[in-house]
Amino acid sequence: MLKTYDYPEFAYRPSADQESGLIRRHPVIIVGAGPVGLTAAIDLAGQGVAVVVLDEDRTVSVGSRAVCYAKRALEIWDRLGCADPMVDKGVVWKTGKVFRRDREIYRFDLLPEDGHRMPAFINLQQYYLEEYLVRRAEALGVELRWREKVTKVEPRDDHVRLAIETPEGAYELEADWLIAADGAKSLVRQELGLEFRGQAFNDRFLIADVVMKADFPPERWFWFDPPFHRRQSTLLHMQADNVWRIDFQLGPDADPEEEKTREKVIPRLKAMLGEDTEFELEWVSVYTFQCRRLDRFRHGRVLFAGDAAHQVSPFGARGANSGVQDTDNLAWKLKLVMEGKAPAALLDSYDAERVHAAKENLLNSTRSTDFIAPKSEASRAFRDAVLDLAEDHPFAQRLVNSGRLSVPATYTDSPLNTPDEDAFEGAMTPGSPCSDAPIRRNGKPGWLLQLLGGGFKLLCFGDAPAPLEVDGIEIEPLTVGADLDDVAALVAQRYDGGPGTVYLIRPDQHVAARWRRFDEAKVRAALNHALARRGRTQ
Amino acid sequence: MKLNTEPNIARPDDFYQDLIDLHRDLTDEQSRQVNARLILLLANHIGDREVLREAMKAAAKIPHRVVDRLADERASS
Repeated sequence: MLKTYDYPEFAYRPSADQESGLIRRHPVIIVGAGPVGLTAAIDLAGQGVAVVVLDEDRTVSVGSRAVCYAKRALEIWDRLGCADPMVDKGVVWKTGKVFRRDREIYRFDLLPEDGHRMPAFINLQQYYLEEYLVRRAEALGVELRWREKVTKVEPRDDHVRLAIETPEGAYELEADWLIAADGAKSLVRQELGLEFRGQAFNDRFLIADVVMKADFPPERWFWFDPPFHRRQSTLLHMQADNVWRIDFQLGPDADPEEEKTREKVIPRLKAMLGEDTEFELEWVSVYTFQCRRLDRFRHGRVLFAGDAAHQVSPFGARGANSGVQDTDNLAWKLKLVMEGKAPAALLDSYDAERVHAAKENLLNSTRSTDFIAPKSEASRAFRDAVLDLAEDHPFAQRLVNSGRLSVPATYTDSPLNTPDEDAFEGAMTPGSPCSDAPIRRNGKPGWLLQLLGGGFKLLCFGDAPAPLEVDGIEIEPLTVGADLDDVAALVAQRYDGGPGTVYLIRPDQHVAARWRRFDEAKVRAALNHALARRGRTQ
Repeated sequence: MKLNTEPNIARPDDFYQDLIDLHRDLTDEQSRQVNARLILLLANHIGDREVLREAMKAAAKIPHRVVDRLADERASS
C-alpha cells in the first residue's frame, strides 16, 4: 500500500454481547470509527460514559483524505488530551497564497495574532489522526468493535435496536442513545429513510499524494489557471513524512478511471514539478462532491454528526473540522441528559446550534465552489474579472475565493444563550467559542482554554464568588488575578474584562452569558437556561 | 429607494460616448470581460449593499419589460 505508512490491522474479536446470544442494552453506541465517531467516543468516555463503537473496517482511513485540521478542532482534541501527537507530527501552517497563472495575486494569514496555544492549521494524513484517536479511545476504555457492520436500525420509543453483521455471524444490540457518525453514505440515515438534500457538483477533481523532497514552504498554495494545468485550478498542501497533497481540477468531462492511471497522473505532476524533480506517487483518488445536509440532526434517540449529517465541498476544510465541533457540542449535553440533570430538550439545542453551523459551512463551501468551478458563462466572466483586477486592486483580492477556511460557528441565536444586558466590546458575544490566551497558574505557564477544560466555569475579573451548585451542576469560578494570572493581559483584552466582569462558560467552551458584575441569581438563571431547564429561573 | 435613477451625470452624451469608445476595438469576448471588470469596479466604489441590490433588481427588470412589450404588440396585432 503506502510507502510512508504501515496500516495497523485491528482484529475482530467476538464481543461478550455477541457470544451471549442475548440482545443487550448499552447507554451509548456510536456507529463509525472515523475522526468524528472516535472524538465523540473519547469525549463521552472521558466523562465516565461506557461507549461502544462499531466500525465495518479493520484499519484507519485509507488515504490521506481530510488532511487540514483547524485551530478549533485542535483545541477540542487538546481538551480531550490527544492534540499533542497531532501537532507534533503534523505540518503547522497559517499562510495561504493564491496565484493566477504564475503570479501571486493574494495572500492571507489565518492567525495574524500571537497568544494561542494551537496553530491556525495543521496538515496531517487522516490515517495518523485516526491512529492517535484510536490510541486515546483505547486508553479511556472505549470498546472498539472492528469489522462489525450495522445492517439494520430500528428506532423505538426509549431506545434503538441494531442488527450487526460480523465475520462470525450476526447479532443484535440495543442502545439508549445512538450516535450516527458513519459518514456521507450513512447506513443509519438510509435506515431511517431521511432525505439528504442539497446540490451535487459536476466538476471532477484529482488528488495525488506525492512523496518528494521539495522546497515549497509549509503554506497553502492555490493556482487559478496555472501554466502547468491551463484553464483549471490546482491546490498544493504539505503533509507529514515529505508527502505533498496536490489537487487538480479536471472539469466535468474527465473520465475518473482513466484519470487515476499512472499514464495520466505522472505527466500532470511532471508538468507541475519539472522533469527533473524526483517523486513517488503515494495515493491517487478522483472525486466529485456534494453540498447537502439533513433537515434535523436529532431524530429521537438517534443523533447524527459529521458527514452523516452534512456534507460540504473540500474547499475550506469544513468537513472533518465541523464534524468534530458537532461532537463537542453534543457530548456534554448527552451526558447531562443521561444523568437526568437536563431535560431531553437540551438535545434539541444540539440540532439548533449545529444545523446553524452546517448552514454556515454549506454556504461558504458552495460559494467557494461557484468561484472555483463557475457553472455559467456569466459566473465565469465575473470570476475572471475578479482575478484580472486582483493583481492591482485590493478590493478585488477580498473577492478571490479559493476556499474560506474553517472557523468555528458562533451560536448567535442559540436558545441556550442569555442575551447581554450590559455593553461589551470585542468578539466574545454569547454563543461565541472562547478565545485562548496565555496565562500562569500556580506560577506555571499555561493556557486559558486548558484551564476552562470541560465543565461549567465562571470566568471572573474581580472578587471571587464561592463555587456554585445549581441542581446537581457545579460551576467552578476562575478568577483572574487569583486562580490565573493574565500574564500578557490578553484575557482581559479578548474578553473585554473590565473590573467586575463575569462570564458563564459552557462545557464546550462557548459563552453562555456575561455581565458587568456578579449576581448569583442571574448566574443561576443563565445556567438553567443553558440547560434548557424550562420554567426554572433559579 | 436609495438608488439614484434621476439624471446624475454631467454631459450625459459625452459619458455615453466614452462607454461606446471603450468597446470600439474589442471583440465580443473582450467586451464581456471589460464589462464584468467595470461592474466590479463601480460596485466597489458604490459600496452600499442596498444601492447595489436595487441596481441589480432594476437591471434585471429590463428584459422582462422587453418581453412584456413584445407580448403587448403581439396581443394588439
